[in-house]
Amino acid sequence: MGTAPFFYGGTVATTGKVGYTRNRNRHSAPVCLAAGVKNTGTGVLRLPGDRKSKKDDINRTGKVNWMEQSVSHALAVTAAKGRLLGMDMVHRAASGHIGGSLSAMDIMTVLYFHVMRLDPARPQDPARDRFVLSKGHCTPALYPMLALRGFFPAEELKLFRSIKGTLSGHAEMGQTPGVDMSTGSLGQGISAAVGMALAGKADGKSYRVYTLLGDGEIEEGQVWEAAMAAAKYKLDNLCAIVDVNGLQIDGATADVMPSEPLDKKFEAFNWNVIPVDGHDLDALEAAFVQAAECKGRPTVLLAKTVKGRGVSFMENQAGWHGKAPNDEQYEQARRELAAALAELEGGASHE
Amino acid sequence: MSEKIATRVAYGETLVQLGKEYPNLVVLDADLSGSTQSAMFAKAFPERFYNMGIAEANMTGVAAGLAACGKMPFTNSFAMFATGRAYEQVRNSVAYPRLNVKIVGSHGGLSVGEDGATHQCIEDYALMRAIPNMSVLSPCDANEMRCAVRALVNYDGPAYLRLGRLAVECVTDAIPGYAFRWGRGCVLREGGDATVIAAGMMVQMALKAAEILAAEGISVRLIDMHTIKPLDYELVLKAALETRCIITTEEHSVIGGLGSAVAEFVSEHCPVPVVRHGVYDTFGRSGKAQDVLETFGLTPEGVAEKVRQGLKLKRD
Repeated sequence: MGTAPFFYGGTVATTGKVGYTRNRNRHSAPVCLAAGVKNTGTGVLRLPGDRKSKKDDINRTGKVNWMEQSVSHALAVTAAKGRLLGMDMVHRAASGHIGGSLSAMDIMTVLYFHVMRLDPARPQDPARDRFVLSKGHCTPALYPMLALRGFFPAEELKLFRSIKGTLSGHAEMGQTPGVDMSTGSLGQGISAAVGMALAGKADGKSYRVYTLLGDGEIEEGQVWEAAMAAAKYKLDNLCAIVDVNGLQIDGATADVMPSEPLDKKFEAFNWNVIPVDGHDLDALEAAFVQAAECKGRPTVLLAKTVKGRGVSFMENQAGWHGKAPNDEQYEQARRELAAALAELEGGASHE
Repeated sequence: MSEKIATRVAYGETLVQLGKEYPNLVVLDADLSGSTQSAMFAKAFPERFYNMGIAEANMTGVAAGLAACGKMPFTNSFAMFATGRAYEQVRNSVAYPRLNVKIVGSHGGLSVGEDGATHQCIEDYALMRAIPNMSVLSPCDANEMRCAVRALVNYDGPAYLRLGRLAVECVTDAIPGYAFRWGRGCVLREGGDATVIAAGMMVQMALKAAEILAAEGISVRLIDMHTIKPLDYELVLKAALETRCIITTEEHSVIGGLGSAVAEFVSEHCPVPVVRHGVYDTFGRSGKAQDVLETFGLTPEGVAEKVRQGLKLKRD
């Protein structure tokens, strides 16, 4: 690990003032930072267009915490890039699931650029952390992360859903570097993740297994079969994340099939439950640390999100679950996403 | 003919043997370990046995995850649930990524007996055969089962193995030169008038049918087709060319199983009569296994009658 340009070769300091340790002990390997972060060699992280006047720069104690801010800021930049790439992919392919990908992009960014121990040069490394995209249709969130992380050239993204490419509509192991399990049929990924965690326990390995589910997906009974099994085997090396965007193809989950209270359901299945704002990068990081620290139980992050996050006319619209924008819509969506990225990068235009 | 032993028992014993040789072999069951005989493995290797409860879909997916991390999982349930309840998990989580998971379905066919139609799986060959990447095995006796399980661990990929509930006669160990080869049928008896291709315990029935027919002056070749997929096309073609009449027999629906596989191939490559013997698009029913089998014509006489029917269709 540590050879890719966006790896930071040292450890990241923390003030501890946000109530958790960012640099966990288990991270003996270099902590991976977001794409675009440069190591200045002085221990100070510089970001393109780093600014120091935002409200976010000030932590809860009221003190400015540059280092913390830099990491989160870098992740925010990466997530913004991911959204742009995902939008490009779906528009070019004229198909794909953009709504749930935009809702999951921040979660995916924190996982791929901060939490998971991965080596893009060795995608089959037995010691790697595993990720299973149980909501397997949200490849417009997964593939940009894999490309930005260096598993394959970003050029490949242009062949998303194309017969000429390797990036299938739903995730495929064996075909796409970095994909640990073939998914797409809802409810099945979490079972595979349970199996991976079980294997890790059996072999005394330290890798962790992450799986992302949709809040519509959990209507599948298999999810709860898997939840029981994970608790039975005390899989504290397993962390599920439910992307609670409240919408599924036919409308609001509350109307199609009410699944709340999700926290009480998972608690009743003997899981460690952490509700979290799925767009708050700091909160997500903290939640993943808490998950890793929980022993004897699997953890689920109930990540409250906005479907279509980042594009005004897609937000909270079930209709954008699996629809590609037309040229006009795409231009507007791209303008909005590019503006968000530009703002993060300090005014540099990405148009 | 020697000992009578159920193929599921031979399977359970062999699994324990293989467990000693293959440290990555793990076994999962869905609350039927006493029936599927995976309990033997559970006793010998408790740390490598996972009882997943009555949740076949999850069991299959968990096996996929274990395989993705280098384990060699055998999942166990009744054929009905292993292939029916968890069909789509087998398809999408196991076969599609071509993971090294062995799906084992015990109590296949009507010989489940008293439990009745809900538990009498007559579609498992069809379901599993239709899935790309899947292999389908249905050994006829204990000797063949031991060979098949060993072959399974030496095969890197998804496969389905059917086990039978009833104790059946061991026939293959008495055949001179018998050797189990993956994807290769075994000629148990030579003959020139017609060829019977059988799987599972219909092999024993077909052997008896051949005796009945021999007394009538009809010479029947018998192929034990333990591997239904990949089918031994060479052997089927040879039989079609040389005997010009084929009868298939299986403890399974005539739709989609061994009979279909043979008929599909023969009709495209060497059209001769193919008469399928099995369960004729109907559910089974509750009763003592022997009574159920007789009611549905899964008997030596049932096979013999189909051979006579085939011979009437045969052209020179």
